[in-house]
Amino acid sequence: MSAPGNEIDGNVGDPRGAHGHPGDGGIAHASLKGYLTGFVLAAILTVVPFWLVMGHVIDDAAIASAIILGLAAVQIVVHVVYFLHMDTASEHGWNMLALIFTAVLVTIVLGASIWVMYTENANMMPMASQALHHAMGR
Amino acid sequence: MSTTIRDTVDADAPQFYCTEEPHPENGTLLGFWIYLMSDCFIFASLFACYAVLGTRYAEGPSPREVFDLPMLAVNTALLLLSSVTFGFAMLAMAKDRRGATLAWLAVAGVCAAGFVGLEVREFAHMIAAGAGPDRSAFLSSFFTLVGTHGLHVTVGILWLATLMVQVARHGLDETNRRRLSCLSMFWHFLDLIWVGVFSFVYLVGVLR
Repeated sequence: MSAPGNEIDGNVGDPRGAHGHPGDGGIAHASLKGYLTGFVLAAILTVVPFWLVMGHVIDDAAIASAIILGLAAVQIVVHVVYFLHMDTASEHGWNMLALIFTAVLVTIVLGASIWVMYTENANMMPMASQALHHAMGR
Repeated sequence: MSTTIRDTVDADAPQFYCTEEPHPENGTLLGFWIYLMSDCFIFASLFACYAVLGTRYAEGPSPREVFDLPMLAVNTALLLLSSVTFGFAMLAMAKDRRGATLAWLAVAGVCAAGFVGLEVREFAHMIAAGAGPDRSAFLSSFFTLVGTHGLHVTVGILWLATLMVQVARHGLDETNRRRLSCLSMFWHFLDLIWVGVFSFVYLVGVLR
């Protein structure tokens, strides 16, 4: 990778093509089999949640939602691995580092927002339901 | 090689500075990946908005009333097909086959255009039915999130068309390969975001 003159070599040929150096990231690992595997997995992981919802398979909305979000998380990993060709070696690990950093921050942003707003709602809820109760009682 | 050797010969005296910019190979792709990660934050905050506001209907329509699941299924299939056909274009590019690359890019572009077309149609129907972004917090956050994604796909299609002209004119040279690699990441990234959209916004929304 850091061999002298590597840049010159890299500029002449295709640095990412069929003969690309392993570990340079991206397209070097791409193969028809990889794309097809990713496609089939993604298709299955898409069809199942649609079937769950459209076929009214699970009555409990909370459980069904959890399963759908779980399948979505799996499918996102499938996309990252088979379509974006992400692994620990690509770009000497910098891609992965950026991805992990993003994942952590996204988790904080999403998780904390939902947590804060849910807690707020939960704290507001008794008053609301009490008022409703009174109104219904009258 | 020669430049490196000459540099070391010239620099017999001790060097106190870098004679070359230290940069990784394919720096463009790493930079583009970091851009995508920042784009990820935009979507994450829009998802967070939807998570918070998605149940505030303001006595307006609920997801169950406005979402059309069969159309969503077609839309999702189109985007997934577009993603995998773009992958085939990249494989053709690696084999240096310009015609096949262009053909697969065209297929990917048509699928994505179908996706955007269906989405615009859905938006138009919703607005005509009085479920526009001004109706409730749920619909505001919905239109912002899904609209931002649709805008990304639209820009991706413009980018794709530009690159198809470039490839047709100048062939699969080094520059075009780099550009196509960037667009490839952008394209797959948008499909990845869509997984979150159809699962979290549409399917879970309909269940509520």
